[in-house]
Amino acid sequence: MSAIIELRGLTKQYDTVRAVDNLTLTVYEGEVFGLLGPNGAGKTTTILMMLGLVEPTDGTARILGIDATREPLKVKQVVGYLPDDVGFYDDLTGLENLVLTARLNGQNDRDAEAAARALLRRVGLEAAADKKVGAYSRGMRQRLGLADTLIKKPKVIILDEPTLGIDPEGVREFLQLIRTLSKEEGLTVLLSSHHLHQVQAICDRVGIFVDGRLIAVGTVEELSAQIFADDRFSVEVAARPLDDRLVEALQRLPGVTRVDVRRETDGGGEAVVRATRDVAADAARAVVAAGAELRKLTRRAYGLDDIYHRYFEGRA
Amino acid sequence: MRRSLSVLFRKEVADHLHSWRFNILIALIALTTLASLYTAAQTIRSVVPQADQPLGDIGLFLKLFTTTDGKLPSFVAFVGFLAPLLGLGMAFDAISSERNKGTLVRLLSQPIYRDDVILAKWFAALAVVGVFFLALGFIVMGLGLFVFGIPPTAEEVLRIVFFLLVTAVYVAVWQSLAILFSIRFRQAATSVLAGLSVWLFFSLFYPMIVNLIAPITGRGTVDDVLREIGRHQFLSRLSPVTLYEEATTILLSPDVRALGPFTLEQAIGAIPTPLPFDQSLLLIWPQIAGLVAMSVVLFGLSFVLFMRQDIRGR
Repeated sequence: MSAIIELRGLTKQYDTVRAVDNLTLTVYEGEVFGLLGPNGAGKTTTILMMLGLVEPTDGTARILGIDATREPLKVKQVVGYLPDDVGFYDDLTGLENLVLTARLNGQNDRDAEAAARALLRRVGLEAAADKKVGAYSRGMRQRLGLADTLIKKPKVIILDEPTLGIDPEGVREFLQLIRTLSKEEGLTVLLSSHHLHQVQAICDRVGIFVDGRLIAVGTVEELSAQIFADDRFSVEVAARPLDDRLVEALQRLPGVTRVDVRRETDGGGEAVVRATRDVAADAARAVVAAGAELRKLTRRAYGLDDIYHRYFEGRA
Repeated sequence: MRRSLSVLFRKEVADHLHSWRFNILIALIALTTLASLYTAAQTIRSVVPQADQPLGDIGLFLKLFTTTDGKLPSFVAFVGFLAPLLGLGMAFDAISSERNKGTLVRLLSQPIYRDDVILAKWFAALAVVGVFFLALGFIVMGLGLFVFGIPPTAEEVLRIVFFLLVTAVYVAVWQSLAILFSIRFRQAATSVLAGLSVWLFFSLFYPMIVNLIAPITGRGTVDDVLREIGRHQFLSRLSPVTLYEEATTILLSPDVRALGPFTLEQAIGAIPTPLPFDQSLLLIWPQIAGLVAMSVVLFGLSFVLFMRQDIRGR
């Protein structure tokens, strides 16, 4: 796998604020990479630096080996960019908007229209091709935006918060579309989001980006292994009665690192047992041995949500 | 012309022609033109009998543009008043609207030079306005033919075409200012207000200020008076409004022979005939150059500002 996007020590300083701080990151060919971080973490600034739209204070951004600051035009020939809240000319039709982009990329009128129609079909907008964009819904605009990034036949597409403001079903379809396109066309995708589940659903690798710094990179499994090294497994046990004796018994189970208890008024309650190994069976046995009634036992896998929260926990 | 520039240029021209704003401005100007033309046609009869020269010599056709009945301003006065409005109106949101619609960042993520975006806007607005003014001028001439039944001389046509071109340049100055404001201010309303204040300043207050700081008292020796007038003229000519007024006066009134003071010595022996076209043009060449320079400087400023701006989403 060859590196497509290479950021080396990328830094952007705004007066007193360091929006991006010494960012080093490599994204490989054909990969769907998720840049994950809360609002204001510097994701958009990073993306704009990759396109040469914002000049870095320090460091380099190379895409396909081209320096984005020195030769932004060459980079823009191979990179399709979908900004968050993408804007179109509302008084032109979807087709006309795409044709304009195609022509700015040097295609002639006839090719441009053919390519635009094909892409509109691809993103499911063929019926709305000749409608003015002003009448498009949010989801339709977003799909048109995707078509717009693809019309220049890019090698890389960069999507900034692409799912913002679309309904859940729309999000699912949209992400599926990105995934399919990436696999079929061999596109490298960089996707920024603050929405964990979506990133988790389609990204091969993710980077967690907080306050201008990349604090972790890897697959979701790798990240969870990294962060939850001492309590990778977690079991939720609901029992009645949940008394101190039972809690103590749970704590004494081998491998258990932590037990959080939430009691209810009827003497029962729930305990979250974290451990370095799977303790579900042992926990069940302990509850039965204590003579309590086992109401629920759930094994919990860590998702990005937990990873994310854990990072913020650590920072706070 | 670079390819991307021509693509953007086409888009901008189409945008203007389809926009309500442009059509309203055009209708406004066309209406006032007709009104002033009508009054000119009414009063022009009073100009003709006084003349004991051949009709071609007094520039009857040119009178069509400058004659007024005292109630409605002449065509030249109207155009001089509305041209800045047209320039400002066409371009006050050139960049800010793209920015606010979120299309600027999409546009600039295509492989095009950043200056192409503002150049295309500038050229497109200028082309549309230029074509419109030429058309308007020819309509006025055509109606003149209809009213008088006398064809204009070649010289008159030349003068009128130059007058229209100078008007286009004048519009371009205001347009460049409007583009500059549209880059600097994110809100279109701020940009309009800034543009209108500059326009009001130059057309209303600036002459007053010049009178205040460089009054022409007419006292002292001839040299003193000449120096006073020189200072006054220099300061006035820093305003595009003055430059345009001087240029159009000379172009459309061939009997005006000089813009500055005229001593008795110089007047003695001069034959009171209209100036030939090339002499008139020579007289106002500095004014035209000044207008072009203002436009270029303002555009240069916009260019520098735009290049250094971070482009972000809305």
